[in-house]
Amino acid sequence: MKQAVTLRALALAMGALSLIPAALAEEDEKPWSMADEVWGEAAMNASRKAVVDNHGGTPTSYFQAERFELQAFDDEDVLLLDGNAWFGNDENKLWLKTELEYLPDEGEFEEAEVQALWSHAISPYFDFQAGLRQDFEPEGRTHLVAGFQGLAPYLFETDTAAFLSDDGDLTARAEVEYELLLSQRLILQPRAELGFSAQDIPELETGSGVTSLDAGLRLRYEIKREFAPYIGVEWQKRFGDTADYIEAAGGASEGTAFVIGLRAWY
Amino acid sequence: MFNRRHVLRAGFGGAAALGAAGLLPAWARTASDGNLGLPTLTGTTFNLDVGEFPVRIGGKAGRAVGVNGTLPAPLLRFREGEEITLNVTNRLKSDTSIHWHGLLVPFHMDGVPGVSFPGIAPGETFRYKFAVPQSGTYWYHSHSGLQEQQGHYGPLVIDPAGTDPVDYDREYVLVLSDWSFESPYRIFDKLKASAETYNFNQRTLGDFFADAGKDGFDAALADRAMWGGMRMSPRDLADVTGATYTYLINGHSTRDNWNGIFRPGERVRLRIINASAMTIFNFRLPGLPMTVVASDGLNVQPVETDEFQIGVAETYDVIVQPDAEKAYAVVAESIDRSGQAVATLGPRPGMRAEAPAMRPVPTLTMKDMAMDHGSHGMSEMEPAAGADADMSQSSHQMGHDAHAGHDMAGMHHEMGHDMSGMSDRGTMDAAVSHDHPGGPGVANMAMMPVSRLDEPGLGLDNVDHRVLTYADLRALERNPDRRPPDREIELHLTSNMHRYMWSFDGVKFSEVTDSIHLKEGERVRFKLVNDTMMPHPIHLHGMFFDLENGGGDHLPRKHTVIVKPGEKLAWIVSAEHVGDWAFHCHLLYHMHAGMMRVVSILPQGAADQTPHEGHHDMSMDAPMSGEAGSDMPHHDNHGGHH
Repeated sequence: MKQAVTLRALALAMGALSLIPAALAEEDEKPWSMADEVWGEAAMNASRKAVVDNHGGTPTSYFQAERFELQAFDDEDVLLLDGNAWFGNDENKLWLKTELEYLPDEGEFEEAEVQALWSHAISPYFDFQAGLRQDFEPEGRTHLVAGFQGLAPYLFETDTAAFLSDDGDLTARAEVEYELLLSQRLILQPRAELGFSAQDIPELETGSGVTSLDAGLRLRYEIKREFAPYIGVEWQKRFGDTADYIEAAGGASEGTAFVIGLRAWY
Repeated sequence: MFNRRHVLRAGFGGAAALGAAGLLPAWARTASDGNLGLPTLTGTTFNLDVGEFPVRIGGKAGRAVGVNGTLPAPLLRFREGEEITLNVTNRLKSDTSIHWHGLLVPFHMDGVPGVSFPGIAPGETFRYKFAVPQSGTYWYHSHSGLQEQQGHYGPLVIDPAGTDPVDYDREYVLVLSDWSFESPYRIFDKLKASAETYNFNQRTLGDFFADAGKDGFDAALADRAMWGGMRMSPRDLADVTGATYTYLINGHSTRDNWNGIFRPGERVRLRIINASAMTIFNFRLPGLPMTVVASDGLNVQPVETDEFQIGVAETYDVIVQPDAEKAYAVVAESIDRSGQAVATLGPRPGMRAEAPAMRPVPTLTMKDMAMDHGSHGMSEMEPAAGADADMSQSSHQMGHDAHAGHDMAGMHHEMGHDMSGMSDRGTMDAAVSHDHPGGPGVANMAMMPVSRLDEPGLGLDNVDHRVLTYADLRALERNPDRRPPDREIELHLTSNMHRYMWSFDGVKFSEVTDSIHLKEGERVRFKLVNDTMMPHPIHLHGMFFDLENGGGDHLPRKHTVIVKPGEKLAWIVSAEHVGDWAFHCHLLYHMHAGMMRVVSILPQGAADQTPHEGHHDMSMDAPMSGEAGSDMPHHDNHGGHH
C-alpha cells in the first residue's frame, strides 16, 4: 500500500512538472507592451496574461461511457462499463479509465479496475500514457502502467498498455477499433482486444503468453454525436494455460454474447 | 416608396423612420411591419450597451450577448474624418470589448484586451474616441472570449467626406452570421473532444460503392486508403456546421425571411458583411448579376460576377439592378453546404423568394493538401498529377490507381529528401521551407503550395456561372505606397484537426513569447503558407495590406484574406501605424485554439529587442528561397509508438 501511495505522488509530480515551462514563461519579458504606457502596466499585465492563456491554453474536459452495455451470454449476463474521462490541455491531460464488469445474477463485481494516467501528446496522433491502475476485483492489486494511445494510419483507434503489478507480474493489453460509416449516423464498429501475460498467475487464472481475445461488432446510431445506443455481438476466447485454468475451475474458455448498450460522452 | 439612402443621409436612423416597429429589436419585426433593414445609429457620439438579452430565431427562443439588445447590433453610421466618441457600457458579468474591424484607429482604441487595452470590466463604461481617414463598409465585434458567437457583432458604415464614386439609388446592409443555441464554450469543448462532432457530411459506405461503381473498386479503395493513411477526411470543410448553426441574414433565418424592397430598374447597393464566428459563405442572388464595387471597405474597379465566396470578417459591396417585378432570393450558403440563409429582395414587402436547393457537398482533393503538383520532377508524385486540379466538386474523378494511394500515404518520409534536392536544382517555385517546430500540433505540411488567387474557392470550381476570384480585384485608386518590400516574413498556417489544434508556425498563441516586429516606415511582404486542409480568413488589425494578385499598382487593399488549403499567397504592408496589433485567423474557434499573433510596429528609433529564445514566429532573416527542406523539423507521423 505504501508503495502505491508513493507511485500516486510520483504521478502527480509528473503532472506538476509539465506546468513548469508555463510558469517560467511568466517570468520572461513581456511579449508586447506598447499599451502599458497608455493604460498602465498593472491593468495590461492581467489582461495580457489572460489573452495569451485563453488562446491555446484552455483546458477542457471529457467524460465518456465508451461501452455501457449488457452482455447476454448463454449462461450468464454481464453488465459492463468501459469508461474514460480526461481533463487537461492539448499536451498534458489527466486521463482516467475504468472497466467494471458486474454480474447481476450474483449481485457482485467480476472485475473492477480504475486507471489514473498522465497522458502526454508525443506526436500529432499519439499520446504516451503512464500512471497507475488499481484493481478492486477479482482481487485488490496495484499496477504501474505505461502505454500509447492514439489514431493509427488508416484511422484505427489503438490503445496499448503494459502493466506491472505490485507482485511483479507483467501483463499487457492491445485494443483496436475501427468505425465504418453506413450513414452519417449509423456506424458499425469492429473492435478487438488482445491480452498478454509474461508469466503464469494461477490466482488470477492466467497463463503466460496470449491470454485472451475479445472481439466485438457493434452497430450504433448517433441520435446526437454524444448519445448513441447500439446493439452488437461479442465473442470472447481464452487461450493456452489461461483457458486450462478456467476449464479446470468449471468455466468456459469461449463464449458469445449478444450486447445491447449505450455509447455516450459529454 | 421612400429612398432609404436619402433618409439615412438626412441623419435619421432607419429605425426611427420606421416608426413604432423601430422600437422593437430587429428580430421581432417582420417584413410586413416594414422591417427593411437594421436599427441604425448616426452622428458623432454613440452610446452602446453590451448585455445579455432574449432573441427568437427560427421560431425558437434563445439568449444572446450583444449591443443595445439587438441581433445584429445597430448599424453605426458616421462620416469620414469626423471625430467619433463611443461610450461602451458593460452590463455583463464578464469582461467585454469592441473591436472596430477594418478601421484605422490608434492602436490603443483597437479594442483587443491584452493587446491594445485592458478590456471593459463589468459595470464599467469605456470611451472610445477616434477619427478615421477612410470610408466604406466595416463592422464591429467583441474580442473577448467567445462573445462574438453569441451575437456581439454589428455593421458599421462610414460615408465618404467627398463624392461617393459608387452610384446607387438605394442601399441595404446585409450582415451574414451563424447562430447556435449551444453555448460557444460547449461547442469548443466538443470540438476538442471530437473534431468531427458537427460534421454530418462524411463519406459513407454508400459513397464508397457509388465511387466503386463509377471508377472501379480498386480506385475507390485506393482513394479511401490514401485519405485514411493520412488520417484525414476529404469532407473536412467546416468545423462547426448547420448541425448546430442557424444561418442568419440581418438576424433573420430563412424562416424569418429578411425582406428588402426595390423598384424595378433601381441600382441597389448591397453592403455584405460576413460577421460569422465560423462560417465562410457562398453569396449569390440567383438570376441577378452583381457588380462588385468594394472589398473590405475600400473601392475596387467594378467587376461583374454571379457569386462570390466571402470569408469570415470580409466585406463586399455590390450593385444589383433588378429589372423584373419579382422576388429575388438573397442566398448565403455555408461553404460545406450544411445550411444556408435565404432572404428576399422584392418589389413589395412581405414576399418570400424561392430558396434554391442546397448544392452537393464538395470533396477535398490532393491540391488542397498541396500535393497536386506533378510538374516539378518529383517522381513519387507523378501518379497524383493524374488527379488533376479540377476535381473539387467530386471525388469520382480521382482517377489514380492503388499505387498512387500508397505513395501519398508514405510521402512524409520522402519529402525531406525531395525538397532539399529541389533546392539544389533551384526549382523553388512551389516548395517551401518549414522552418518551424512540428510536434503534436502540426499534422501535415504543405509540400507544394501554389497560388490559388485565381480560383473561386472551395466547391465553386464547377458551377455554371461566373464566380469572383481574388485575382479579379483591382483597387479603384492607385496604391498609395508602391515601394517594393524591404524584407519578407513567411508564416505557416498549421493545425492538427484531430486534436483541434490551430497555430501559426506550429506555435499556439499561448506559447508565444514575442510579437512579430516591424519597424515604422518599412514595407514588408508577408508570405502565408496554408499547411492545413481548411481555408482560413486571416485578419491583420489596424492597417490594410496590398494583396499581391498581379494587379500592378492597383493591388486590392484588404484587412482579411482567405488562404485556401494548400495555398501560398503574399501581401505587402506598409508599417505606418505604430502599435501592437492583433493578427489572427478570423474563424473564432481557430483563434481561440491559438491561431493568433501580435504584430508590433515599433516607432522609428526604438531599439528592437533581441528575440528571445524559443521565438519561432519570425523567419524574417531566412531567405525565401533556396533553403527549403534542410531544416525540416522532426515530424513524427507514425506516432512514435512501439
